[in-house]
Amino acid sequence: MRAVLLRDLQLAVRAGGGFGLGLAFFAIVVILVPFGVGPEPEVLARIAPGILWVAALLAALLSLDRIFAQDAEDGALALIATAPVPLEGVVLAKALAHWLTTGLPLVLAAPVLGVLLHLPAGAMPWLLASLTLGTPALSLIGAFGAALTVGLRRGGLLLSLIVLPLYIPTLIFGAEAVARGAQGLDPLPGLLLLAGVTLGCIALLPFAAAAALRVTLR
Amino acid sequence: MMDLGRYAAEVLLAWGVGLVLLALLVAQSLRRARRVRAELERIEADG
Amino acid sequence: MSLWSYANPRKFLDRVEPLSRWLFAAAGACLALGLGWGFFFTPDAVNFGSSVKIIYLHVPSALMAINAWLMMLVASLIWIVRRHHVSALAAKAAAPVGLVMTLIALATGAIWGQPMWGTWWAWDPRLTSFLILCLFYLGYIALWSAIPDAEAAADLTGVLCLVGSVFALLSRYAVNFWSQGLHQGASLSLDRQENVADVYWLPLVIAMLGFALLFAALVVLRTGTEIRLRRIAALRARAQRSEGAA
Repeated sequence: MRAVLLRDLQLAVRAGGGFGLGLAFFAIVVILVPFGVGPEPEVLARIAPGILWVAALLAALLSLDRIFAQDAEDGALALIATAPVPLEGVVLAKALAHWLTTGLPLVLAAPVLGVLLHLPAGAMPWLLASLTLGTPALSLIGAFGAALTVGLRRGGLLLSLIVLPLYIPTLIFGAEAVARGAQGLDPLPGLLLLAGVTLGCIALLPFAAAAALRVTLR
Repeated sequence: MMDLGRYAAEVLLAWGVGLVLLALLVAQSLRRARRVRAELERIEADG
Repeated sequence: MSLWSYANPRKFLDRVEPLSRWLFAAAGACLALGLGWGFFFTPDAVNFGSSVKIIYLHVPSALMAINAWLMMLVASLIWIVRRHHVSALAAKAAAPVGLVMTLIALATGAIWGQPMWGTWWAWDPRLTSFLILCLFYLGYIALWSAIPDAEAAADLTGVLCLVGSVFALLSRYAVNFWSQGLHQGASLSLDRQENVADVYWLPLVIAMLGFALLFAALVVLRTGTEIRLRRIAALRARAQRSEGAA
């Protein structure tokens, strides 16, 4: 499992791996929003949690098809499947690699972009907490979607059609927690529910994704 | 024609949309069933 | 002879599919009675005027939109556990029907909301849940049509249906949480169950029965079509193979 993780990380960091692309996309989407809705600080502060979360969602989506597609094309996936590691573990490792290369940079960049959107300072810790708790779920759900569509030619578009509805609960709980924090309300229920979603995804989705991969490899 | 009162337009529009969608679904299902059935009979007759 | 023997495709075509004719007839009778009664012979409601007549389409289609997904879930489970091809194809056949039911529920709801709430659309929990359900149907249908290999398509959509069910349920509660949070004041959701007086009840129940029968008829018919399509593909593949050998 560690070998799979390290290998994915190296591939992502190497040139052409797309590392940082998701981050740049995230930043650009967030920067474009004020041009669309106008520069009033009150408006921006009001919509900042939602914008940051939706942008994070789209940025995570961007790199999903990399999780399995390249390995499936060059046959590496079939080899990995014969390794003495359960396929569920492989899925977990690959989702973790995706999170480390996409989710974690988003979390770290979010406060800076939050300042640009006039997000109240009191909401910053909640923004960090909700993204930290929520982005692993995005990676895992994405890994499941990528496993479903791995063998398909027009997989990319289909992947987003399948994965985005599955992101809805994560998005709602995450953005709601930040919005409540920004208004001085108690954000804890949202954060707890978000953590519940993430833990549930960690526990269950590797099995579903591995089942899908086995079908494709058959 | 009966008097539908203030909401006549909405009621008729809703019923129109609903019934047209249902009719389209039924028609599409029946047409496809017929076409596929004919196709299979043709192929089985050939083979 | 157990119920499972009807999962044999040949037997399904011979014995079950002809039933769709009777199901269609029964559905037509129920719909004509329920909808006709509802449209022509029920009084206007005090607060809603004649707009109350929309419920005869709205409530049954909403009911079937959810039941169709449940049926797909059960069929997918049967496919995954017992690997009856008819079951997988029935799930495939039900999805477009469920999607149309969802669309009818959304459209009639929007048209009802326009005079009642003064808006076509409100981000009310129930409305939002149906919109999400609509997205799930779209993803499921898209996945079916994207995978060329029939058996892999059945497996993958089955897995998607199971996972999707969990997330659809989760979204339902997430949406509740979301709209009770910040957007309280505007409580547009009227509980229509309370407003259904006895006069409207019987025609509504008949209309629901009609929708359920229509759903059953359509699913049986479409499942038969899918079985034939599968057989056509198999015969074509065989013909190609023998040509290649000759």
